[in-house]
Amino acid sequence: MGLTKNSVGIRAVDSHLKIIKQTPSDKVVAIAGNPNVGKSTVFNNLTGMNQHTGNWPGKTVTNAQGYCSTKQNSYVLVDIPGTYSLMAHSAEEKIARNFICFGRADAIVVVCDATCLERNLNLVLQTLEISRNVIVCINLMDEARRKGIRIDLKELSKQLGVRVVGSIARKKHSLNQLMQELDVLMQKEQQTAPLQITYRPPIEEAISILQPVIEERFSGSINSRWLSLKLLDYDQSLMDEISAYTHKDIFTDSCILDALKQSKTVLDTNKITGKRLEDSTVASVVLKAEDIFKHTVFCEKKRYDDLDRKIDRVLTSKWTGYPVMLILLAIVFWLTIAGANYPSKLLSCVLFGIENKLTEIFYYFGAPMWLHGILIAGAYRVLAWVISVMLPPMAIFFPLFTLLEDSGYLPRIAYNLDKPFKHCCACGKQALTMCMGFGCNAAGIVGCRIIDSPREQLIAMLTNNFVPCNGRFPTLIAIISMFFLGASTGILPSLLLALYITMIIVLGVLMTFIVSYVLSKTVLKGVTSSFTLELPPYRRPQVLKVLVHSIFDRTIFVLGRAAVVAIPTGIFIWIMANTFISGTTILNHCAGFLDPFARWIGLDGVILMAFILGLPANEIVVPIIIMTYMAQGSMQEIESLTNIKQLLLANNWTWITAISTMLFSLMHWPCSTTLLTIKKESGSLKWTMVSFIVPTFIGILCCFLFANIAKMF
Amino acid sequence: MKQKYCLNDLKPGQRAKIKELLSTDGIRRRLLDIGLIENTEVECIGKSPGGDPAAYLIRGAVIAIRSEDCSNILIYDKGV
Repeated sequence: MGLTKNSVGIRAVDSHLKIIKQTPSDKVVAIAGNPNVGKSTVFNNLTGMNQHTGNWPGKTVTNAQGYCSTKQNSYVLVDIPGTYSLMAHSAEEKIARNFICFGRADAIVVVCDATCLERNLNLVLQTLEISRNVIVCINLMDEARRKGIRIDLKELSKQLGVRVVGSIARKKHSLNQLMQELDVLMQKEQQTAPLQITYRPPIEEAISILQPVIEERFSGSINSRWLSLKLLDYDQSLMDEISAYTHKDIFTDSCILDALKQSKTVLDTNKITGKRLEDSTVASVVLKAEDIFKHTVFCEKKRYDDLDRKIDRVLTSKWTGYPVMLILLAIVFWLTIAGANYPSKLLSCVLFGIENKLTEIFYYFGAPMWLHGILIAGAYRVLAWVISVMLPPMAIFFPLFTLLEDSGYLPRIAYNLDKPFKHCCACGKQALTMCMGFGCNAAGIVGCRIIDSPREQLIAMLTNNFVPCNGRFPTLIAIISMFFLGASTGILPSLLLALYITMIIVLGVLMTFIVSYVLSKTVLKGVTSSFTLELPPYRRPQVLKVLVHSIFDRTIFVLGRAAVVAIPTGIFIWIMANTFISGTTILNHCAGFLDPFARWIGLDGVILMAFILGLPANEIVVPIIIMTYMAQGSMQEIESLTNIKQLLLANNWTWITAISTMLFSLMHWPCSTTLLTIKKESGSLKWTMVSFIVPTFIGILCCFLFANIAKMF
Repeated sequence: MKQKYCLNDLKPGQRAKIKELLSTDGIRRRLLDIGLIENTEVECIGKSPGGDPAAYLIRGAVIAIRSEDCSNILIYDKGV
């Protein structure tokens, strides 16, 4: 459900898969399928895990594993990225193919979309060529029924030669049959007879020459017919994998080479070479899928996608596409702001009430002042701040965003924005990675894997930080509400606030375009690569489930992170504010040192220091600013935004400072987690440095220009 | 000589059958994977706000393809 604690933060960084069995007898089951057919939902429901789900192709970019068991067996389930075929070309397709081919899975479950079975069968047929232990799970049966599509599962099972089950992955019990079938498959070493595709006679002849030799060499460790075909249709990356997997170098084996030569001659004499071989094999698979589809799927209506097309006409048309996008964005912000207001007040009331009580207890026991200072004025206060100001907007924004994600709107954003991205020589899918960035830039960076071209992928990674993540949102919201809305509450101010926030986001998006353009004209020169993007059918989001999961998952994640980062920072700041060197606190020394430069770009030393100390997590920037000002002497109650505004004004904040701070918040270095992720994903220190320098430089430039122009008036 | 038509000649609502793929490398593979082989019927569903890419109904799935790539996808006849 939406961004989860597993998909954001440092956990998103680790992508290396090592199957960990809980007991040696665990069976490994791979969950494969086309993108966006509900693999992750099947996986989550079986394992009870919270793998990120959403209605757009490509959100699973790494293998995830989880456990489940039946009365007979215990299983390790592996959720692999969705692919259209196993003739892998992009990174996530390679991950999927390698796992299916070499993952030594005991069974492979191919999840299919019942509403789009013909295309899905393509992958099923290719999987059947590699493995005998396949179960086909036709998911989204309820959607299909609603659209008047009827599927003859029995006939399908007969035609494919493997077990076929129907499911509604959102309903957990509908997966029982899948587990039963898995048990059956494990139990008896029953000989299934999966359908084998028959290729054109010359290709079959070539295979028949090669296959016996391969069979002899690899004796069962790999499907010989499949490998023969792959050898004919030479694929370097696959050959490397095979060599690594079997510890045999195919191309030094003279028997294999001889047979290969012989079979190539057969193909040559029939003029089936290179592209034509590929075309012919793919065509055989596609035609077989079409044939099976015709015999097993029946549509009651001639068109079953009328409603989707009507919605598309509104969401992606020339006149309404962009406005609707902006309005939806503004609505999400408005609901977030309006909804977060009250819980935020309540939380701060409660938390600062507790602070007073804790202080009393400290006094009662006569605890030393420094201890009270470090623990209460330092650690506790920053923690309370992070929770009361940051948590409510996040807890509302996330479920809302997840609803959009579940509905299938995100790919339409990519579709709408592809043209502008193309002008910048980038890829429309970058829009999807930006959407992920709203949640967490580190998650957005990992999401960049859905972009095929390495150049465009790098551009997306370097610019992802221009989308403010959930750690920066509340900062923007707090500053706007303090400085630009006045004290009144109600509908109008919150609408205005939503409008302002939307404008800031639009600025971030514009920066993304500009930087993408500049990058592709300078250091990352290149032409746009090809682009295909599936626009999935709209689905009704599971509102309740999204709400519960999102809030719960978010809350725990934010609390955890707050504890990890905010507490040490709070202690650190308190010590800095209370240790004197030559009559002044260290804090003032630091702030004073940064001050001249900071003033030059419309900030002050304290704000800049807060951003620097906020490197581990952007959530703590505002708390640090407040803490520092308070430590500098002007001690007062800070239970409401009005009080905080007084504090800021007392420290010479003006509207220019406020806007400069927001600009700098939008455009500065990525947080440490994001930097680590960029390092890991790009594998290059150089590009990590660039991702640090570019937004920082632009931020400083924008703040400087703004502050100095504004001061003239 | 008979005129050659490509996917870009399809207006929203029109459909035609695929004649030949001129694309190469990765994109060719991808188009084949989604089932764009000879004689596959394709319908243009609509265009994005900028006019490019356009969305096509291919074997039950809606796929957005850019005009540069569409110009390499030849169709038998101008759409009907």
